[in-house]
Amino acid sequence: MTDGTMPTGVPRGEPTAEAHVSEREARRRREVDVPSSPVARFDDAPLVLDAGVSLPSWQIAYKTYGTLNGERTNAVLLCHALTGDQHAANRHPVTSRAGWWEALVGPGRPVDTDRFFVICANVLGGCSGTTGPASIDPATGSPYGLTMPVVTIGDMVRAQKRLVEYLGIESLFAVVGGSMGGMQVLEWGASYGESVFSALPIAAGTRHSAQNIAFHEVGRQAIMADPDWRGGRYIDEAVRPRKGLSVARMAAHITYVSQTALHRKFGRALQDRDVVTYGFEADFQIESYLRHQGSTFVDRFDANSYLYLTRAMDYFDLAVQHGGRVANAFRGTPTRWCVVSFSSDWLFPSEESRTIVHALNAAGAQVSFVEIETDKGHDAFLLEEPEFHAAVRGFLTGAARARGIDPPAPGPAA
Amino acid sequence: MTAAPPIARRVDYEVIRDLVEPGSRILDVGCGDGALMALLERVHGVRASGIELSQSGVNRAVAMGLSVIQGDADTDLDAYPDDAFDYVILSQTIQATRDPKHVLENLLRIGRSCIVSFPNFGFWKLRLQLLVEGRMPTTGLLPDPWWATSNIHFCTIRDFVALCDEMGVELEKAIALNTGGQRIPLNAPWWFWNLLGEQAVFLLRR
Repeated sequence: MTDGTMPTGVPRGEPTAEAHVSEREARRRREVDVPSSPVARFDDAPLVLDAGVSLPSWQIAYKTYGTLNGERTNAVLLCHALTGDQHAANRHPVTSRAGWWEALVGPGRPVDTDRFFVICANVLGGCSGTTGPASIDPATGSPYGLTMPVVTIGDMVRAQKRLVEYLGIESLFAVVGGSMGGMQVLEWGASYGESVFSALPIAAGTRHSAQNIAFHEVGRQAIMADPDWRGGRYIDEAVRPRKGLSVARMAAHITYVSQTALHRKFGRALQDRDVVTYGFEADFQIESYLRHQGSTFVDRFDANSYLYLTRAMDYFDLAVQHGGRVANAFRGTPTRWCVVSFSSDWLFPSEESRTIVHALNAAGAQVSFVEIETDKGHDAFLLEEPEFHAAVRGFLTGAARARGIDPPAPGPAA
Repeated sequence: MTAAPPIARRVDYEVIRDLVEPGSRILDVGCGDGALMALLERVHGVRASGIELSQSGVNRAVAMGLSVIQGDADTDLDAYPDDAFDYVILSQTIQATRDPKHVLENLLRIGRSCIVSFPNFGFWKLRLQLLVEGRMPTTGLLPDPWWATSNIHFCTIRDFVALCDEMGVELEKAIALNTGGQRIPLNAPWWFWNLLGEQAVFLLRR
């Protein structure tokens, strides 16, 4: 969700060549419809959506790492978070930055690409090659914009299931994801449990709290209040609501880190000055940092996508989808579960994970629950957290033994 | 919930191992770092789940590939369905719960059988220490002083049998162990067990 690092002194007004910017913007645009990663196209093979309509033709962009074994039993599906994409463990085609989950995924890592066939797909409604509001609507030849039907977590998972079948995989060894990705993991377990051998929902919850929805609404309103949003038709009008999307990101970013970590990193330190300016420039380092987070986000993300994906998270409610009880969602689940939370996560507090665990217990599921002690907040799932990584490695090792496939390489000695 | 030191625990692990049927489903309540679960999975091929209060114990167990959740026997057992396990094991933990009777009721509801092991406060050395020194006794099995121990509900073997009687619980098997970890002969009377048993293991059924 953040870019994994927290630079303190980000230079203001960084001079960037116009040509460089427009080239990057062209790359970003290209990735929306013709991504550099593989794409599964479903022409005249409709995807039925929870909104009661269907997409007649659609596509899903994905990356794979590692090799599928002969029995096709070692496939791991990674589900990305709100602003993630399929580039979990490779350089990003637009930003050239490292993959967002390289701490966890790669050769010898807990999700060991030497042992597992790892799949990561851009979610439905995203802007990195899978059909979303920025994609061209084949019916009109113009971007969908707000004519794209609202999508849900269930729709995203239904699209992923089609991709997994397209890749010739009947049963996934593991489905792993954090935050919005964790919601998708829960949905996978609830809807396609027989195809999921093990599941790892991380820093997630069975539903959004009022506070979660509130923060998302602030972001959406910031986007829609930007004059360049143009009622969602900004692509047609060759503008972008940069300011609105940037503010949305700034507000959301605050929720990804803990108060302690934020204050430790920035405190009240000033940015490139010794005294305050008695004005409204970014006097404080935290202001400069947030502005930087906002502007780099705009370089790689689509504003309407942000509206759609935040909406999907707000609508997710596993209990309501299953007769009022979360446990009903997991009745008879054959999946091995490992729920992970982080002690300082205030976006999805540990209590939310405990709700998942109690429901899984009530359903008689085989379940582990690990709360990782850290002050890094929600974003801890993307960072170097040795105890978290040891838990993932251990869980996948036990599951691999039970499945009769090669486990991840042994981790660093504890 | 990891009340007893590891050396002393191994003694009751061996007894518990002999009580569990191979291939069964077990829940280890207060499983510590999962040593007993790992033993039973290895020896009997059981499908083991665990609950542990201490997060560090849970994280160690999960990193070993065991299914363990962080939780509290007093509050979290209520969420489990009836007859979910063949055996529910409470090893050296009942004396550390706030409401042992409620915990025991839950264990018998969740499991078809229930295995409980606990330190016997009627053990002669403990009685003697209290009698002679007039202070709360400590032993190798119960090393912590009164102000540091997590054991808040001590009982003797006879107390435990009385509670089982009151609850209408069937005592399928009972084994008392002396300090050396040897089993005290089966035909000995309760008073003898209660005096010479440093710990006891019970197999219970509803």
